[in-house]
Formats: sequence, C-alpha cells, structure tokens
Amino acid sequence: MTEPHVELLRLATAGSVDDGKSTLIGRLLLDSKAILEDQMAAIERASQMRGDPYLDLALLTDGLRAEREQGITIDVAYRFFATPKRKFIMADTPGHVQYTRNMITGASTAELVIVLIDARKGVLTQSKRHGFLASLLQIPHVLVAVNKMDLVGYREEVFQAIVEDYRLFATKLTVHDITFIPISALLGDNVVHKSPNMPWYDGSSLIHYLEQVTVGTGRNLVDFRFPVQMALRPHQDFRGFAGQLASGTISPGEEVVALPSGQRSRIRSIATYDGDMPEAIAGDAVVLTLEDEVDISRGDMIVRRKNLPQVDSEFECMLCWMGEESLDLQTSYILQHTTRQVRAFVDELNYRIDVDTLHRASASTLRLNEIGRVKITTTQPLYYDPYQINRATGSFVLIDPATNNTVAAGMIRRRARELEEIVRQPAPRQQSANVVWEETPITRAMRETYNEHGAAILWLTGLSGSGKSTLAHLLEHRLFAQGVQTFRLDGDHLRHGLCGDLGFSAQDRQENIRRAAEVAKLAFGNGSVVLCTFISPFRADRDFARSLAPAGAFLEIFVQCDVEICKRRDPKGLYAKALRNEITEFTGISAPYEEPLQPELTLDSSVLTPAQCVDLILDELHVRGIVPHRRQSS
Amino acid sequence: MASYIRSFLSQLEAEAIGVLREAVAQCGRTALLFSGGKDSIVLLHLARRAFWPSRIPFPVLHIDTGHNFPETLLFRDRLADELGANLIVRYVQDSIDQGRAVEETGPNASRNLLQTVTLMDGITELKLDVAFGGARRDEEKARAKERFFSHRDRFGQWEPKQQRPEIWNLYNGRKHQGEHFRVFPLSNWTEMDIWHYIRERHIEMPSLYFAHQRSVFRRDGMLLAASPYLPLLPDERAETSLIRFRTIGDMTCTGAMYSSATTIDDIIAELAASRVTERGSRADDKRTETAMEDRKRQGYF
Repeated sequence: MTEPHVELLRLATAGSVDDGKSTLIGRLLLDSKAILEDQMAAIERASQMRGDPYLDLALLTDGLRAEREQGITIDVAYRFFATPKRKFIMADTPGHVQYTRNMITGASTAELVIVLIDARKGVLTQSKRHGFLASLLQIPHVLVAVNKMDLVGYREEVFQAIVEDYRLFATKLTVHDITFIPISALLGDNVVHKSPNMPWYDGSSLIHYLEQVTVGTGRNLVDFRFPVQMALRPHQDFRGFAGQLASGTISPGEEVVALPSGQRSRIRSIATYDGDMPEAIAGDAVVLTLEDEVDISRGDMIVRRKNLPQVDSEFECMLCWMGEESLDLQTSYILQHTTRQVRAFVDELNYRIDVDTLHRASASTLRLNEIGRVKITTTQPLYYDPYQINRATGSFVLIDPATNNTVAAGMIRRRARELEEIVRQPAPRQQSANVVWEETPITRAMRETYNEHGAAILWLTGLSGSGKSTLAHLLEHRLFAQGVQTFRLDGDHLRHGLCGDLGFSAQDRQENIRRAAEVAKLAFGNGSVVLCTFISPFRADRDFARSLAPAGAFLEIFVQCDVEICKRRDPKGLYAKALRNEITEFTGISAPYEEPLQPELTLDSSVLTPAQCVDLILDELHVRGIVPHRRQSS
Repeated sequence: MASYIRSFLSQLEAEAIGVLREAVAQCGRTALLFSGGKDSIVLLHLARRAFWPSRIPFPVLHIDTGHNFPETLLFRDRLADELGANLIVRYVQDSIDQGRAVEETGPNASRNLLQTVTLMDGITELKLDVAFGGARRDEEKARAKERFFSHRDRFGQWEPKQQRPEIWNLYNGRKHQGEHFRVFPLSNWTEMDIWHYIRERHIEMPSLYFAHQRSVFRRDGMLLAASPYLPLLPDERAETSLIRFRTIGDMTCTGAMYSSATTIDDIIAELAASRVTERGSRADDKRTETAMEDRKRQGYF
C-alpha cells in the first residue's frame, strides 16, 4: 500500500495531571480536530455536574467509571490524532498509580516519549524516573516539554537551567536523542505555532517536532529474524510459514536456516494476498515459502544463514515486575518470547534498582513496579539478540502459570556468564595485576634434593574410556612404592569440587583445564610428580598447561584408543547416555577431540596392557632423570 | 531509506493480521463476531488476508436481534458466500422465547442489551476460546483502555481494573477453562483509517453507508429509520429524506444523518469536515456517561 503515504508515529506521554499533561493532550487533540463537538459537550456536562471551576480535559482521557469517581487515572489510554503529514498513536500513561507498570505498557511500542516538566518546579524525581524508564526501554527519542512557561514569565534562564539539570542527569542514561521545548499547554505557546512570547527560543514547535522527528529508527533493519506464527498448508502444493518480520529485511533467493533444526534452504517467495513481494521488511506480516521441504512449526525462527541470533538458556536480564504477587525465586514461570512459550526460573536477583535515585540495592524479591537485574534459566534455549540491538528478539514477558497473568516484562542483556569467565578475559593470567607472587623460601630444587627425585607433570590425555585413570591409578601405586611423592589430579574429582560450577561447553572445558593446570603447577612447585588425567580434548588447552612448567618437566602422554573400543568399555555408562542424547557435547560423540601432534609418549591402550603402559611411562621418567633409579618394580 | 518506512495503513494492516494469527495459533476455538457494520466487514477481509491461501479458519458468528436492516442481512449472506466463510446465526428472539432474555418495553425499547445474553449463550455453545470483534479504541473512552486480548471471566465480564499489561507485541493468550478472550485486531484504527482502508483495498460496503432516500423520523435529537420495530409516537412524523448511516447496528438505535455522499471519497470528505463523533448517532451510548463500560462489564461486545 502506498496511498495515502502518511507516516505513523507511536508515542507515549509520561507525567501526571500536575504537570499539565492532560491539558497538553487535550490541546493536541483539540488543535488537530481529534476532539469533536459531542465529546466536548460531554466533558462540559461532566465538569458542570462535578462543579469544576474549569473544563477538565482529563475527563477526555479518564474513561472508566472508577477513574471518574475517584478523580484518578488507572490505566493506559490510547489517543489518536493526525496532521496532514503524520498520524499519531499516543499512549497516555498516568503518573500517579502504578507508574512503572503503566509507562512500560504504554511506551513499549513507542518511538518517542514526551516527558513533562513543570517549569516552576524544575527537574523532579518523577521526571528522572520517566527518563530512566525511557532509557531502559531504549525509546529512540525523548522530548522534554518544559510546561507552564507562562507562569515563569517565559524566562529563558528558567528553561536553560532545567535543560542543564536534565542533561546532567541524562549522562547516566543511554538515551540517544533528547530534545527540549519550552511550552505553555494552557495558552498554546510553542504547541502548534512558535510563540511570540519566547523569541529567544529558536527550535521547533512541539507539533512541528512530532511531524519531522525521524521515524523507524528504533527498528533493527540489519538482522533478519522471522519468528514463525503458524504453518499454512492449504493444499499439497503450498506450504508457507506465516509471521511478522521481527527485524531485518528478506528477499526471494536468500539463503536461510530454520532454528532449532538447523535445516537450510532458500526463500522461494514472500507471499501475500495481493501477490508476491520483492522484499519484506521489519514489521511486515507475510507468508514465506522455501525452496526445500523443511519441517518448521510455530515457535521456530527463520534467519539468514550468515546472520544467526544467539542461542542460550541462561540470560542476564533487566526485569520489571508487574504482578500483584512478588517475584518468587522458587517458582517456575512461563516465559513468552517472540512466538514461543517456555518454562523459566528466575535463578538470581543481582540487585534491585531504585528508579528514583538509580541506586542499586540488594533485594530478596521484586514487588509490583520494581525493577531488577536477574539471571533467568529456561528449559529450552531461546534464539535471541540483546535488547539493546533488537527490541523484538530481546524482549519477553513472564506469565504466572497459576493465574495466567502477565507478571513481568524482561529485556535480555546477554548470555549469563560466570565470574571466572569474565575475569579471565582478555588476558586471564595477567588480570590480577596487584597480586605479587611470593616465592616460598623452600625452593623446588631443595625439595627435589630432599625427595631424591625430580618433579614433573604427567599429562594423560585421551577419550573417555581410553584408560587414563586406570593407568594413573597403577602408576601412582608403583611410584608410591618407590618412595616417590605423587599428586593426583583427576577430571572427575575436580568437577566434584573446585570445578563443580562448570559444564562441558568448549568454554567450560577450557576453564576446567586452566584450573587443573594451575593446581598442577603448584603441586609441581612443591616437588611432586603430578599425575593429571583429563580428556582435555583441545590442543590449545594442553599447550597452556605445558606453558606453566619448565621445558622437560611436562610430559604429554597420549592414551590412544579407538572410539569403538571406548564405547564398548564405557566404564561409567557415559557413551550409552551420549548416544541417547542424554548428554550433550560428549567428546568423541558430539564434541571433537584434537589428537596431540607431538606427545612425549603415545600409548595404544587397545593393544598394550595397563602394566605394559605403566612400564613405558616409568622408563620415560627414568630416561629423563626424573625418577633416577628405577627401584624395585613389583 | 524512505522505502523502508511503510505507510500507516500498511502498519495497521500488519498489526491486525499479526493479532488474528496470534489468537488462532495460541488459543483453541475462535470465531469472528459479525455485526454487519463496516468494522466487522473490514475485519473479515483482514482474516481472509491473514490466513491466505488457506481458508478463514473460524466461523463467522452473527447475533441477530431480529431488528436488523434487511440490507444488512442480504449483504452478510453474500459476503460469507464470497469469502467461503462458515456463517453461524444465533437469534435474540430465541433467547426471548426460551425466557433467557426479557424484552424491553416503552417507546425506546431496544434489543441491543439483550444481545449479550444470546452472545454469551453462543460462546458457551460453540465452546469459544476467542471471539474476534471489530471494536476500535477511538470509538469510546472505555474502549480506549481495552487491550487487544481482552480477558473475560466465566460470565463474560470485563474487569477494567484487572487488565493484564500488554507489552511490546507479546500477547498473552493463556486462560483457564471456561474463560475466553475478546480479541480486537482493529484496536488502533480510527474511523477515518477504516474508510481509507476500504478505499485502498476496494472493499465493498453495504448500500446503507451511502446516501439514499429513506423514510426517517426525529426522536431525542436523533434521526431514526422508520420501521415496524419503532412505532411512532403521536407527535412524530416520518418523512422521506436523503440520508446515510455512519454506523450500522440494530434499526432501533442507529441514527441516520442527512448526507449526499454517494462514493467513498465523498464519505471521507464528509468525515473530515464532521464535528461530531461516530457514536454521537448511537442511542445506546447516550443512556449514561459510562454506558459502554457498563455494558462491556456485562459481557457486551
């Protein structure tokens, strides 16, 4: 549709009656002819009935019986007005009761927020609160309307002082565009026309600004994301996927992939009732057909093959609580994200943010209208982008399964990370700059002399079931019998304690090995022969361990064994589980193993007996002078 | 970048289609409440687009007060036929005959309120989880605060103070057994938008919307169509005038306006110059200041 090509701007107003918000809205509606005679007559009637000395324009927006009776505004109301250039959908969010819930509801789809400030009062707490919420929601434009200029004699210095105050405060926010306009909503100064009372002001009138501010900047037009609403199959020859582009653009012929299946295809057509489209953009409601038969259903996401979203089940989020009942860290909620609903737990509440002061405070729960930073875990991974770069795929709501009420709005910041992961980056071992290594007065050399053997790190690497632990067990007995001081580091043992917080992703494996290597280094320094048994599938991780020991003291021992034999041995039943998909990222099945390129020793455990292997290791230690005398072997 | 901004009509259309699909995908049994007016006609056309090339995946439910304009019923049947929609009609007369509703008496008697009984019975009978309606937020001040997915309890009642927040475009369609939703895909449309869209999409409208000669009479400042359902009072006199209807509902409460608008362009021009709202010609809204909210709380459309 191209005619009439009038643009649409969705905006929200924040503030209370005291700031003159209703007066401003009333004026915008009156001046754009959106209030008609019968509505005016109704307001006049109601005002007279209540004995108001003035025409209460709030009666226009306060539609509910309770609101009229109590003289308060309860809920967000939507107003519509138009100028020849634009149409406006305005969410009027009341400031007194439940301001956070209301403003988030009203502003979540807005591109612009009008924050009203009373010129006589200056920047109040609530003006800051509105700015903070606009920043949290990443509203592209904030318009600060400094109202009631008529009551301060239209003085420029009053306006400028407020501008400076607010700008100073806004440095704490991430608001990209703030505009200030001095107005008098009551008398109409700078609302529609430039006011002769403020010749010092050289900006636009409010309505002119609303007409020319750039629309569409809040959308992401780069990352194509298509959450599938439903599959349509009217007959054998047509299979299409209905949905609205959450972001980005797409054209026929482009290579796409369906998540979570990972199946690839190309866009065949962008079908609509009016015929195929050459291109679809963010917001369009279309039906996509693909070149290939791909199994896709509601909740799946179609994306460009070379522009993938993030996939995780643990997130750091900002959460705005909207439920009457407080957040319960023990309850599972339903998390609705794009077209999917999954179960979710709020695992951790990092802090609550005071929307008035922006201070962070520790908290044990979030109550109605409170905002906090949390960690959320979902039962199934989500395909998302951080809210900051994609409002549509970075936002979600939480639903209480008991009441079915929507209880929270969330904005994803990023994948949840462990502390170790953060302090390790970018240069992990140099991070603790102020920690000075204190050399122990008893050196390794002194201990080696006392022990009558050298220290070494024996690093046994290989698949699960290749025999690493069996060899280490036997070897340790033999060394112990020879009076050698040993130290045993085993993957499973470490994961029960020191590394109990790690999983089996590539990153967690890396961290697991880093910790093991550091501990091995300490034991090595203490004069021990350190026996390390870790699958340690990645070369880089083993090389890191090697780098911690002096040349010649680190022995990489590759315990080689065919994966089929490992599967048959399967001492812990892990292969069976991995083959049933009960374990993901299992080395040799669903995760890679990088064989050592130049190990000090390679032992083929499918050919050699454990005793033979241990003999070969002891020989190597002897040759290297680590265990000088091969004493009595049993 | 100008080409990456869609017109407001395209955006409203996409929003409505998205809501229609979302309700069908999330909830079980759906139906579209058809009144014969322009909004429900536009909604039906949008449903056709939303699921094309599939058929409209829900029936069209009309609550017939028995006091409809004959033109409305003819148009309804033809449109359902054209779009291949499954039309279900339930009659207020049946509710009256079964004693479930009691007819109003007096000169201004209307079956408008009684529709609620028949509607709720229909929703129960068809086990509906969702009833789509063509209501718009600009129509009325209570509607201005209503959600796209408007939750109704077992009695069909709307509780304005307990509305679920509706954030971004995430619509929560979860409910308990026996409850249902009224879903309003046209929430953000104005009367003017509807007419622009009708023009843009070449949607056929009932002849009642265009200027025609009709026998009308004046009562309480309203111009009503003469019909057997509204007996004239002693001092009332019907006369034939060139009129059209701005909204179409039950004959007993739909006011006409003098007009010579015979095309959609004429109507748009007339609207642009109008100084009264659309529902200014509806007797049902004039009963009290919060008439709409009160009816909605009872389960009205």
